[in-house]
Amino acid sequence: MHTAAGVEARLPIRSDMDLVWVRQHVRQAAALLGFGLVDQTKLVTAASELARNTLVHGGGGRMEAAHVTTTGGIDGLRLTFSDSGPGIVDLDRALSDGYTSGGGLGMGLGGARRLVHDFAVDSAPGSGTTVRVTSWVSRPPRPREGV
Amino acid sequence: MPEHEAAGSPGTPTHAVRDFLRRRREQIAQRWADEPLFRTVFTVSRDEAVEAGKVVVDALAQVADAQRVEDPDAAGFTGVREQLARMGAARSRAGLSTTQVSSELAALLPPVDNLLVADLEGETPERLRECTTTLSVLLGTLRLVAMQTALSEVQALIDRQRLQLLEVATPVIKLWDGIVAVPLIGTLDSARSQGVMETLLNAVVDQHARFAILDITGVPTVDSLVAQHLMKTVAAARLMGAECVVSGIRPAIAQTIVHLGLDLGTVKTRASLADALGYCLHELGANIVNVTPDGAGHR
Ligand SMILES: Nc1ncnc2c1ncn2[C@@H]1O[C@H](COP(=O)(O)OP(=O)(O)OP(=O)(O)O)[C@@H](O)[C@H]1O
Ligand SMILES: [Mg+2]
Repeated sequence: MHTAAGVEARLPIRSDMDLVWVRQHVRQAAALLGFGLVDQTKLVTAASELARNTLVHGGGGRMEAAHVTTTGGIDGLRLTFSDSGPGIVDLDRALSDGYTSGGGLGMGLGGARRLVHDFAVDSAPGSGTTVRVTSWVSRPPRPREGV
Repeated sequence: MPEHEAAGSPGTPTHAVRDFLRRRREQIAQRWADEPLFRTVFTVSRDEAVEAGKVVVDALAQVADAQRVEDPDAAGFTGVREQLARMGAARSRAGLSTTQVSSELAALLPPVDNLLVADLEGETPERLRECTTTLSVLLGTLRLVAMQTALSEVQALIDRQRLQLLEVATPVIKLWDGIVAVPLIGTLDSARSQGVMETLLNAVVDQHARFAILDITGVPTVDSLVAQHLMKTVAAARLMGAECVVSGIRPAIAQTIVHLGLDLGTVKTRASLADALGYCLHELGANIVNVTPDGAGHR
């Protein structure tokens, strides 16, 4: 079994520099849990998108990383991004490819969803946004919580 | 241990302070939880701040127990060093200067001092003074420990940033007449991408380049922002009359880009820098001769 050390973390997301730590931590945690190179890259990229959204759209927040296991003993990495920014008014639209409220490609949120196994957004206008994603080292046990 | 000695506890002032810290552990932690240092660092819940405060109180009691109130290297501080460092670092990150962090640490004394004075009611003024002096020396030492640790954190941060600054310097390499290449290494945040774009465009102008190769072998993550920067650079170079080729997209990154849904269709890509150079030379019409071991050259 893996220890929580090196995986569990709570990192602030307040600057571009913090995004660097987020990516580094996710890569390290994913490697520790036994994710292969491709899956590590997917997780890091998803984390990069979500952390940047937290920073740019949410006005800053944090990421929490946790080691989760299924009853079947499969290891997973769960990342929770939260901010207390304006929230997402229209989630379906925000998730659709190409929609951006400002200057981006609009691929981040929807792209991140495709890069992980489980993806859940909790957001309401005015009360911040929490995006929680989980990926499993081997086959994902589906179905799990939806969007 | 549930101690409940009366105010007139015997022993040295240091021991009196130790007993006071143990007795008032909860109250001290509660008061600290309202101080900026704890309140702003432990934002998730107040309980968390209180728990963190208790750990610090315990450390102080241990140091007092060992009669080492003036010693920043006292064993009792070992357990809280990391926590103090994290708190200090969080405050610096929030934009506080070292002096401000230091005064937030100093602000931890008055609430404890008030409690101590209240506890020692009925003691002789001299005893009271000895005890409060001991307490302020002890908290002074705590402050020193916290600042030492914070400073070493700052040093570590500076070292890391220096490393990243090194990455920022982006060399433009002239590979051939009319062909320049930029090996991108490290994180491409907005500021840096801007720098890369400018450097590259300048090189295109200065060297009358017709081709520019952006090699991303050394870029660990290609997300939508990096992709956007690459596409902008390609578009800008095109306006300057140069064609861009992106090389070095590693297999894991290629798969990720596809899942992410990014369409790099408008960007010419090649697997390796060598392939990219080969393509550019071919386009330039240079005659490349590959010399084989038997000496016979062929294309
Ligand atoms: N944490 C958040 N808080 C508020 N709004 C958000 C948050 N995350 C995403 N959004 C909204 O969803 C939209 C789509 O997000 P998405 O990441 O897909 O695109 P983007 O960030 O605009 O561009 P990019 O492709 O560069 O990521 C954003 O433009 C924004 O309006
Ligand atoms: Mg985004």
